[in-house]
Order: sequence, then C-alpha cells, then structure tokens
Amino acid sequence: MKRGQTPSQTVGPFFAYGLSPEQYNYPFGSIAGGTLVDDDTEGARIRVMGQVLDGEGTPIPDALIEIWQANAHGRYNHPADDRQDNLLDPNFKGFGRVGTGTRPDSAFVFDTVKPGSVDGRQAPHLNVVVLMRGMLLHAYTRIYFADEAEANAADPVLQSVPAERRDTLIARRDEHMAGQVYRFDIRMQGDRETVFFDV
Amino acid sequence: MSAVNRDWTSHPAYIHPAYKSTVLRGPTKPLVPLAATLSEITGPVYGHDAVGELDSDLTKNARKNGEPIGERIIVAGRVVDENDRPLPNTLIEIWQANACGRYIHIVDQHDAPIDPNFLGAGRCVTDAQGRYEFRTVKPGAYPWGNNHNAWRPNHIHLSLFGADFTNRLVTQMYFPGDPLFEFDPIFNGVPAGARDRLIARFDLDITEPEFALGYTFDIVLRGPKATPMED
Repeated sequence: MKRGQTPSQTVGPFFAYGLSPEQYNYPFGSIAGGTLVDDDTEGARIRVMGQVLDGEGTPIPDALIEIWQANAHGRYNHPADDRQDNLLDPNFKGFGRVGTGTRPDSAFVFDTVKPGSVDGRQAPHLNVVVLMRGMLLHAYTRIYFADEAEANAADPVLQSVPAERRDTLIARRDEHMAGQVYRFDIRMQGDRETVFFDV
Repeated sequence: MSAVNRDWTSHPAYIHPAYKSTVLRGPTKPLVPLAATLSEITGPVYGHDAVGELDSDLTKNARKNGEPIGERIIVAGRVVDENDRPLPNTLIEIWQANACGRYIHIVDQHDAPIDPNFLGAGRCVTDAQGRYEFRTVKPGAYPWGNNHNAWRPNHIHLSLFGADFTNRLVTQMYFPGDPLFEFDPIFNGVPAGARDRLIARFDLDITEPEFALGYTFDIVLRGPKATPMED
C-alpha cells in the first residue's frame, strides 16, 4: 500500500533557535554550523559566501542554507559511498547549515574544504538546499567553482543545464579577500535566476 | 532503478499568491531535471549520539525555575517511506511557539508572554522501527502580517533528514479540528488531497493517564532510495 509523501511547509521566520541555535546565540546545541572543518581536516581551505536575493534584488535576512559535499578526496561520508579507492576523512562530515540573519549584509558564510571530484566525471561541487520564509518547499541547487573550467566543461549535470544559465551555478573567486574565497549569490528570481533542480 | 522524485501532487507550488511572501521569493523558471548521482543518494548522517537525553522533552529541556505553562502533550509516530517501510536513525528536529503563541525568537514581536521555562526546540532520532516521540506543550495560535486578522493554526515545525539529501523535508504538524485551517494560506498551499497528511490524530493509546494527551503523526518520506544512473 503506497502512502502519500508528507507535504512540505515553509521553514518560516523562526527556525533559528531550532535549526541553527548557536549561530543566533540561543541556549541549545547546534548539530551543524558554517564551519565544516577542524585543524585536522585534510584539504585546501576555502570560504564560500553569498547573499540570497529576492525578485527585487533585496538580500533576504531569514533564509537557511544547507550544503552537503564530498571531502577533499571526493568521498562522501555516507554508507552509499562505499568506494575503496577514495579515502574517508574522519575529521570531515561534509554538512553545513547557516542562516542569513546574523550579518549586516545578510550573507551566508561557509568555511570548508574544496571537494574532490566524486566519480571522475563530475566537477567539484557543493550540493545546496535553500529554505526560507516565503517558500513552501525548499529548492535544490549546486555550487561549482570558476577555477575548475576544464572539469566544469565535462560535468554531465552542468552540461544538462541550458548553456545561457550555467553561469548561475558557478562561484567566482573574490580576489579582494585574503585566502581562497568564493562568492556565490543565490538569485531566487529575475533574468539571472539561479538554476534550481528537480531532484 | 530510477530516482524517486518529489511528488508534485503532494507538495505546494513555489509561488502561492495567497501567501504573499512567496511572490518575490519562489523560483519562477522551470526546474532542471537532475538524474541521481552519488551526490543525490548520499546525505548527512546523524545517529543517536547527535541528541542529548532531554532533547526530545521540551517540557524539561529549558527549565529554569519551574515547569513550562500550558497543556502538556505527547507527539509520537513513525517515519516511513511510501511503501510504509520504517526509516530508522532519522533525525527529527522540531521548533514551536509556546502555549501563548509566542516564539522565543528575537524577531517575534507578538505581544504574548514569553515562558522562561520553555524554549520550544527539540530533536530526536527514530528507533529501529522508525518510531519517535516528543513531549512538549501544545503551541498557541498567533497572528502574522500576511493579511488583515491573519492567524496561524496551532502547529509544530519539523525538519527531517532521510536516507539521502533528496529526502530532506521541512514541514509543519497541525492539530485536528482547528477552526483556522480554512483561512491559512500556508496550510492551503498544499494540494487539497494531501492536506490531511499534515494533521495529527488524537490517540488514546499514546495519551498517558494523569499526564498528557497524545497525538499520532506519521511522516512519509520518498520511496526506495535511488541508485546512480548508469550511462
């Protein structure tokens, strides 16, 4: 007997103390935050940051962004990824979660490592879930990296996206910032609306 | 095996004009189909070590000098897939208003009392049969700014990680017989045939004598896990 999927509802404006309490200084532990690495994590440190913009280009201060990624070797910390040739990193889980409400510019900021290619075909990428007040269900997107042009050109998912929209999935290096910082704005609507996936 | 996608007859549309904030925030271009790869059949794993002893008891996890005010309730159920197979080791996070309809959140300006002994946040992980249980107080209704005299029905917010990232679900659980259902654009954003799945059922078997009413709320995530597409 098939049971119908439980419908999605909005995360609403008040998710902070339930889903990201430490970031917002509520007295409850967080299962995840914006920092995915510790001192022992393997791989090149990167920062990925950006704003979530509504249909008028206004930064959204109450969105929740989650990322799921492979480690520097391209291995996911999950039982379904059981490849023996890609190393697990015991110091990297690969999940991050940040609300946009705690900075003046309403940006999300993740400090992580650059993922490896997960299967030799896909370019390095972060898998992203976007939630906010004003969305009755979350959206899926991906973040690729501008300095992986060759890998991006061969990536089957990027290639499945209409050519004129691929650019919305590519994070740019911010040369004005110290360290390896990538900028990725999420545009909910408009001419440059970010590509969202049906998965 | 192909990927089991979101069932669009069950889920709301991105743009639902009666819920005004969706108009400028929901994506407007067609979603791009994405066949499942290793990235989609994996996802964060949180086991029983991720939750503390009192995390699932909201009547106790934020006490300062007494018990929270309000009607105690027990909310329990199973997390299953579309074939009714239990989903063990599934993290459920919840948050809610207090009995007066006030969230502890700093931007909640509703003029109703804050309860010093109630935070309104909790979490637990399902057992081997997919079961979960929370103890809390029944959340109050509260006004919001969507339209004149708009009130949200009593509800509890829930967030789940299923077996992989495509099974992510954030939803809300409502209580039977709420007179506000017909006026609530968030509840009514769901296709009519699926709205009942958001309403918990009063359950005398979960109700504990001399303690609290019990409600059953089962949560159905997507069907069998997809395998990566071969060329």
